[in-house]
Formats: sequence, structure tokens, C-alpha cells
Amino acid sequence: MSSLPVTRIDARLAKLKTEGRAALVTFVTAGDPDAETSLSILKALPGAGADIIEFGMPFSDPMAEGPPIQAADIRALAAGQTMVKTLEQVRAFRAGDNETPIVLMGYYNPIYIYGVERFVTDAKAAGVDGLIVVDLPPEEDEELCLPAIRAGISFIRLATPTSDDKRLPVLLRNSSGFVYYVSVLGVTGVKSAAAGDVAAAVARIKAHTPLPVMVGFGVKTGEQAAAIAAHADGVVVGSALVNAVRDSLADGKATAATVPAVTSLVAELASGVRRGRA
Amino acid sequence: MKEATTLNSYRTGPDERGHFGIFGGRYVAETLMPLILELDQAYEAAKADPAFQGELKALHATYTGRPSPLYFAERLSAHLGGAKIYLKREELNHTGSHKINHGLGQILLARRMGKTRIIAETGAGQHGVASATVCARFGYPCEVYMGATDVERQKPNVFRMELLGAEVHPVTAGNGTLKDAMNEAMRDWVTNVETTYYMIGTAAGPHPYPAMVRDFQSVIGNETREQIMAAEGRLPDLVIAAVGGGSNAIGIFHPFLDDPDVRIVGVEAGGHGMQVYNGHAASLNGGKPGVLHGNRTYLLQDDDGQILEGHSISAGLDYPGIGPEHSWLSDTGRVTYVPATDQEALDAFQTLTKVEGIIPALESAHAVAEAIKRAPTMAKDEIIVVNLSGRGDKDVFTVGKILGVDL
Repeated sequence: MSSLPVTRIDARLAKLKTEGRAALVTFVTAGDPDAETSLSILKALPGAGADIIEFGMPFSDPMAEGPPIQAADIRALAAGQTMVKTLEQVRAFRAGDNETPIVLMGYYNPIYIYGVERFVTDAKAAGVDGLIVVDLPPEEDEELCLPAIRAGISFIRLATPTSDDKRLPVLLRNSSGFVYYVSVLGVTGVKSAAAGDVAAAVARIKAHTPLPVMVGFGVKTGEQAAAIAAHADGVVVGSALVNAVRDSLADGKATAATVPAVTSLVAELASGVRRGRA
Repeated sequence: MKEATTLNSYRTGPDERGHFGIFGGRYVAETLMPLILELDQAYEAAKADPAFQGELKALHATYTGRPSPLYFAERLSAHLGGAKIYLKREELNHTGSHKINHGLGQILLARRMGKTRIIAETGAGQHGVASATVCARFGYPCEVYMGATDVERQKPNVFRMELLGAEVHPVTAGNGTLKDAMNEAMRDWVTNVETTYYMIGTAAGPHPYPAMVRDFQSVIGNETREQIMAAEGRLPDLVIAAVGGGSNAIGIFHPFLDDPDVRIVGVEAGGHGMQVYNGHAASLNGGKPGVLHGNRTYLLQDDDGQILEGHSISAGLDYPGIGPEHSWLSDTGRVTYVPATDQEALDAFQTLTKVEGIIPALESAHAVAEAIKRAPTMAKDEIIVVNLSGRGDKDVFTVGKILGVDL
């Protein structure tokens, strides 16, 4: 396996390790609030302090999302977002940034309808590094996980508080890149976990895998990010960022404040992450 | 997509991972997977446990009122001038529909698993009422997710659920119908998975739900076989049922699947007509395979894989998907699925009411509509069985509104 090329995810995480700090993983929904603004947000994220970008593929029925990301998906779809446009935005981003990893995150049906082989080929060509597909457990690995790995795309798995020591080896089997620990039971953007619980969970997962462990769900502020960063390899923030998009809109449309609303929150979170192990 | 195979048996599925051909499976968030696997084991153990089956049977006898009668609809048959029509009277069950069949089965399973809280989604409210009923009977707290649109059009059932002690949560996401209620129920489940049993109201969702709900509903078809043999000395020529998610249909179909002389027809909600984009809820006739709510099945969706809302006069059929076993039965050709429009269902609702003195649920009226189309083309010695899955008391306000009567 040593002949495998180093992925952008691995390279970025190795670099952060030498810096001795955790990663800031930022989630925004592709096409929210419109295609053009969304691309501007995407391009501005690394400069604001994002180390890895999760780019949400909007879906009509996001069953594991709380109200913030549900609303972001609705905004994006109402503005005409499609899978083709999402991949185009990744390609446009990649033209100016060949280092920041992009992980597409969403639900399986839009990928299934796009066509699995076509999707992994086009995603790889566009510069996608990893996938998180919420409704594809390891029991369904033949669907997308294995084709993605064959195409050179990491398949990142969610671990949860219900992932016990019996379950973890199953879900880590074909995962690569990093592990995303969903730190609370529930949907995105509602509850947040206690730092002590996070530390114990991260330790438990690390006993089963050499992969870095990112922790998310309910992180809204730099302070919370700092607390999580003390115990994890990275902090994932999503709902707070799409809420920043929402709060910047006027009559549902992007304003001059939209991109800065996101980047200023990302900067605060990045500063929190950097404080975490200080 | 047609597999065009002749199988030795259509009754052996699903496989151990929950697949009926390419359909079914377990497409759920990782948080739910340990529980789904536990549920699978718990159900397999319960299924094989004579004590569990015995308790369910005894409850059905004295609480549900089973067996439900198989009634020869003499006046309707004469009115149509063709085949003899029998009605399987599931609408006479306690709570007024077939939903009590899987409600009782699932509450016994939830108790066996040590769960302390029940959630359910509902469209027409029939499953919500059945869930609230069994929760009252067994002393469980019950929370029901129901689309805000459906709360409005099924007010009597909302009040019934509340009387039974359930908390009804109106869901405003999307169009506020069954799909949105199911999304919200799944969000609750992800949040409270350790204590909560999700009582899914149809033969859909992640494995083992489609097979489990089918097994609990198969009491309909098993009784029908015995009853038609007693009445006519032979099996029917045609079995018809309405299909939304497909629980009543799979319940009456499954015991007949391996009888090649029994034709089987499922009736989907044709809404405003199949030619109207997003104007119907006929997943098999107007959708394509996709993945939603834990299973692969035919779905109403756009070219980008976004799910459409669909439309039906009947809240219980207003769902963009269908149970995965139906998708497989359609592709294999064993069962034929046809649409009936809102208007055809409404006409059938009135015909059955006037001719037989039986007010059918608007869901079941879709099946009656197909019988009304087919019976006149069949010989007088041929036999049709229609699954009358629910009673129409809950729909009187909806129908009154359409007919211009202010109640």
C-alpha cells in the first residue's frame, strides 16, 4: 500500500501534526444561498482559517440534519443547485487551491441518481478528496464506498456515541482520511457534548484506528472549538456557519455581508482551534 | 428494469441483509445501525417464540376483533354485473383499519426489547391512532409526527390520538405530509435511540421493518385464504389492494404470491392523473428506483435525485415511496400496479357507501375503484377479493368539502 499517492487529506493532516495543532473542518452547503455566493464562500474559507472543507450536497430530505442545515439545503435547491453545479464549484475552487482538502457530504440518493461510477470519476476529476454519505453504513459498502476507494477518493465514516467496541471495527473497516466523531445523539446543530465525554470517546476510537479523529455536532463558538481541539485531531463546524449565511441574507438573497459573515466566524473558530492545545 | 424471471417462490425474501432483489437494504445513519441490528435479532427471536405469537393471537382475538369477516358484496357485484366481489373487512378492526395488526405486533416487540417510549409517523392518522391505541393499552408514552397539512385534513384522527394520550407533533417542513413526518420521526429516533422504539407505519424503512410489518400484516391474507375456501371452495381469481407504503397490500398479497392462478393488483394513488407532473403519488407507475428512508425502492423524484412531494386526495397514500417488496414484485411482474385518480377514488367511495352501506377510507376506495373497473369485464363465476383496509369516517369532512357540503 506504500505506493499509494499521498492524498490532500493526509498531507494536510500531517502538516498540522508537525504544527502541533488540531484541524478546523468547516461545513457549508453547496449552492447556499446561490451558486455564485457559495463559490465565493468556498474560495474564502482557507484564507479565513479552514483546514479542511466539507461541502454539503443539498438533499430534499436530510434526515439527520437539524433545522439550520435543513434550511440551507432548501435555500440551495430553491436557487437551482444540482450535483453538476456542486462538482463545477469544486473544480473552480481547485483551480486556485490545490492543497485544501474538499470532502463532499450528503445523502446517497442524489449520487445514486447521478450514477455511482460517473460520480466517483467526475468527483475525482473535479478535485474531491473524500466523501461522507450519511445514509450509507458499512453494511452497504458495495454501493459507493468501494467504488470511491477504487477511484482514489477517501470514504470517511461517522462514528457516534452508539458505536461500541463491537461496532467500531466494522465501521472503520473501509474508512480512510479521518474519522468524524458525531459527539452527541441527535441531529446536527442542536446539542453539544461535554469536553470530558469527547476526550473519552476519542480515546476509545483511537484504540481501534490510526486515523485522525475529528469531532463535531453543536460547536458554535471559538471557545467551544478550543475545548474540543484540546482532545481531538480536529473540530467540525457546520450549522453555525450556515446560520451565519442565513443571518446575512436580505429577503432571502445574499448581501455584501454574506461572505464576511462566514469568514469572520471561521476566523474566530480558527483562533479557538489554535488556542486549544496552547 | 424487469427481471422477467419465473421464480419457484415469491415468498422467501428478503435475504439476511434485507434485500428483495435490488430493493430494500439498510440505508440509515450510523447512529441507528447498532439498534437496527439489535431490532433484527429481537424480531427473529420473537418470531420464533410461541409465547410471543400466542400473546399476539390472543390480543387479536379479543382486542382487535380478528378474524375480520370476508363479506360477499352482493349488491355491488350485481350493480357492476360481472365478477363476484368479496370485501376483506379490515375496516371493522379495532381503531378502524389494518394498522392495528402491526401496531400490536410492534408494541409487544418494543416491550420485549425493554424500550420505554414509542414514536410513530402518520399520514391519514390511521397508523397514528393505532400506535396511540396500543400505547394506551400497554401504558407507553407515545409521540406521533404528522405533517401539518395532514393534521388539517384529518382532524378527527388528531383528536382521537390526543384522547388516547398521545402527543401529536405537526411537521411544517416540506409540504407537511407523510414524507416530512417520516423525516422528523427519524430525527427524533436518532436523538433518542437508546430509549425509543420507532413504530414505522408501513412495510417500508430499513430492514427488518419491511419484512416485519409484512409478517404482522400477513394475517389478512392468511385469513382470506381460509375464508374464501370456506365460502367458495377455491381461491379468488383476483386480489386487489390500495398501495401507499403498502402495508395492507403486502399483508393480503403475500399469502397468495405462490398461487399462479391468483392475479394480484396493487392500486396506487393517481391523484390528478399520471400526466400531471408531481400531481400523483404513484411511485411504481411514475417514479424510478432510489434510496430514501432506509431502503432502496421506487421513488417519485426529479432528474437530480431530489424527492418530490407527490399528491393524493388520500393522506395515507400521499407518500413518494413504496415498500421495497412491492418494487420487487412489480419488477418481477408477479403483481401488477395500476393508478386510480382522486376522482375515481371519490366515485368509488360514494358507490360503495350507497350500494353496500359501507363507508370506505379514501385509501381503500382506490382499491374499490379498480374493482369497479374490472368486475364488469369478468365472468359472473369469477371472484375478486378487495382489501377494505380502513373505514371512511375520518374522511367524511374531506369528502364533504370536495362535494361542496359545509359540515
